[in-house]
Amino acid sequence: MQKIIKDGAIVTDDWVRLPLAEDGTVANVPQDSDVIVPLAAWLAEPQRWQSRVGRTAVWLAPDDDPAKLAASLDRLPLVAVDFPAFADGRGYSIGRLLRERYNYAGELRALGDVGQDQLHYLWQVGFNAFEIKPSQNIELALQALARFSERYQATFREPEPLFRRRVTGE
Amino acid sequence: MYRYDAIDHRIVRERVEEFRDQTRRFLAGELSEDEFRPLRLMNGLYIQRLAPMLRVAIPYGHLSSTQLRKLADIARRYDKGYGHFTTRQNLQYNWPTLESVPDILAELAEVEMHAIQTSGNCVRNTTTDAFAGVAADELIDPRPYCEIIRQWSTLHPEFAYLPRKFKIAVSGAVEDRAATLVHDIGLHVVKNAAGEVGFKVIVGGGLGRTPIIGEVVREFLPTEHLLTYLDAILRVYNRFGRRDNKYKARIKILVKALTVEGFAAKVEEEWSHLKDGPATIRPEDVAHYASFFTAPAYESLSGSPAEFAAKLAEQPAFARWVERNTRAHRQSGYRSVVLSLKKTGVPPGDASDAQMDAVADWADRFGFGEIRVAHEQNLILPDVKERDLFVLWELAKQQGFATPNVGLLTDIICCPGGDFCSLANAKSIPVAEAIQQRFDDFDYLNDLGEIDLNMSGCMNACGHHHVGHIGILGVDKNGEEWYQITLGGSQGNQTSLGKVIGPSFARAQMPDVIEKILSVYVEQRQQGERFIEAVRRLGITPFKERVYAKDH
Ligand code: SF4
Repeated sequence: MQKIIKDGAIVTDDWVRLPLAEDGTVANVPQDSDVIVPLAAWLAEPQRWQSRVGRTAVWLAPDDDPAKLAASLDRLPLVAVDFPAFADGRGYSIGRLLRERYNYAGELRALGDVGQDQLHYLWQVGFNAFEIKPSQNIELALQALARFSERYQATFREPEPLFRRRVTGE
Repeated sequence: MYRYDAIDHRIVRERVEEFRDQTRRFLAGELSEDEFRPLRLMNGLYIQRLAPMLRVAIPYGHLSSTQLRKLADIARRYDKGYGHFTTRQNLQYNWPTLESVPDILAELAEVEMHAIQTSGNCVRNTTTDAFAGVAADELIDPRPYCEIIRQWSTLHPEFAYLPRKFKIAVSGAVEDRAATLVHDIGLHVVKNAAGEVGFKVIVGGGLGRTPIIGEVVREFLPTEHLLTYLDAILRVYNRFGRRDNKYKARIKILVKALTVEGFAAKVEEEWSHLKDGPATIRPEDVAHYASFFTAPAYESLSGSPAEFAAKLAEQPAFARWVERNTRAHRQSGYRSVVLSLKKTGVPPGDASDAQMDAVADWADRFGFGEIRVAHEQNLILPDVKERDLFVLWELAKQQGFATPNVGLLTDIICCPGGDFCSLANAKSIPVAEAIQQRFDDFDYLNDLGEIDLNMSGCMNACGHHHVGHIGILGVDKNGEEWYQITLGGSQGNQTSLGKVIGPSFARAQMPDVIEKILSVYVEQRQQGERFIEAVRRLGITPFKERVYAKDH
């Protein structure tokens, strides 16, 4: 059981992320647990994961290509993106691609080195669930989600950029 | 100039509050130094050798008199009474306390200013031609597009954590005065065969450790696609730029690795998904931003009024200043005035609070309340009537801003160097001063003509030494400060990188070395040949031979 932020609220959650071992495999886990497996493992052993009782989700590393997951997206209840270091911004592009190019509509979760100062941006590019790193207070992180009330760009949350809304006057 | 609406104000205020909270958490020990560093850098705050340094954004170098007075006021109350204008058209304060920075930002927000993304691995302040909107050779005014890019890049959620810093420059004129070839992205306004206006998109230029001249990834980008195309470039860079080695993380390294064709193909592929999307700029959007940059209420005047012509004839010093420090204007009876921040004995680019106040007053009295910051670290009053020039000259002299050296040897571009910057290998300001002292004869300087002397205190190249006709780079040799010289660099349409002439020199030798280089030019130049042209024709060998000749 862990606390995460999901859709603007703090909720508890049972998903367990499985790391990729050095040899490229993933350890055996109880059949009925909910697990998030690495993309490589998902692609390598589709039968193993799809025959489980518990639910299976996939996590992407920053250098994974989200296109490889495109064909599986409608079967996945959750996709996670790992931020090994918060200054590594590749996951933001991955988030947008999953949402905007591959039309992924399920839960999109940020995990790893994720804290309150990133949440607003992560939300804008399409993430809706956040595992906050243990060194940070999750209640404060929740508040930070609403830090900015406007933005200039076309984003997943607001496809119409500000410059257009200004002129159109909505 | 652009004015904030309620939303712009709100975004900047919310950013100030966010930074206030981040600073508080750092001071309370809730954020580690490692966690706070990228956050403060993204807001222009460095921890320098002596104190924090705060870099304030001056979007594309435009300031109102109200803003400049506020900058002066902040210098007075939070700093030691001065600020430093940089080669990226920003202003740096060298002495604020960390605790006071959120308050400074709140004050800046009152006058529509901020420090957002003036540092850090994100899209930096967009720069342009300091003469935008008044230059005689302009195809279109680049400022509406600069403002569109400013807004697009400000707090862009996808591109806040890039592999490395990212700089964009825009030029709207025939002559590139924005150094578009040495930026991560250079946008150069061009007309196609059908007479339509678009951008030539240049990617992967940059100075620093690995100086590279940018390459064209698209010859003609219709203006409406500007932002979707920028999104495509940034996305390719964000995903594929190197993050394992900060010296190989700039986009130029990615472009080299993929080849420019390979890089362009990836961008085009990405763009094919974004093109014509909601970020496409409609004519009415451009019109909205262009409405902020209309021509001010010029009087219709005839050129060269009698009283101006008379002063020119009577006062050779005034005539010299007009020739050197003012520029032709589109509007007859007006000129643009360059205020030289390169007086001998003052660190290049520095201005005191009193000087900033004075410039703001002149902008109101003689112009339309606008000031520009040039990337050569001078200030510009874009619209001054010829008949007011004499009065302005006398005032500028009193403030030490009328040194008639714009474009000449002593108009040195110079980074803060070892006096302030913790990355420096060597001091730069004392070298600039020694050279200015040696060459203080304006007749001689004028005879030498246009020479760009650029100096950086380390290979980060904030002083753009690679594109100086004469470049000086501070190097470290066993803990001592030495200086390496390059010749033949230039910016503008004929951008080139200087070549190193040989082993470096001690600080005390520098004025002599420069003098020897100039003596070769004076002896060997042809009729009307500028220094850079002579270097191109002669190559560096004769200069090298003179400089390294054994003493006789
Ligand atoms: S060039 Fe080097 S010394 Fe000069 S300001 Fe930049 S980092 Fe500092």
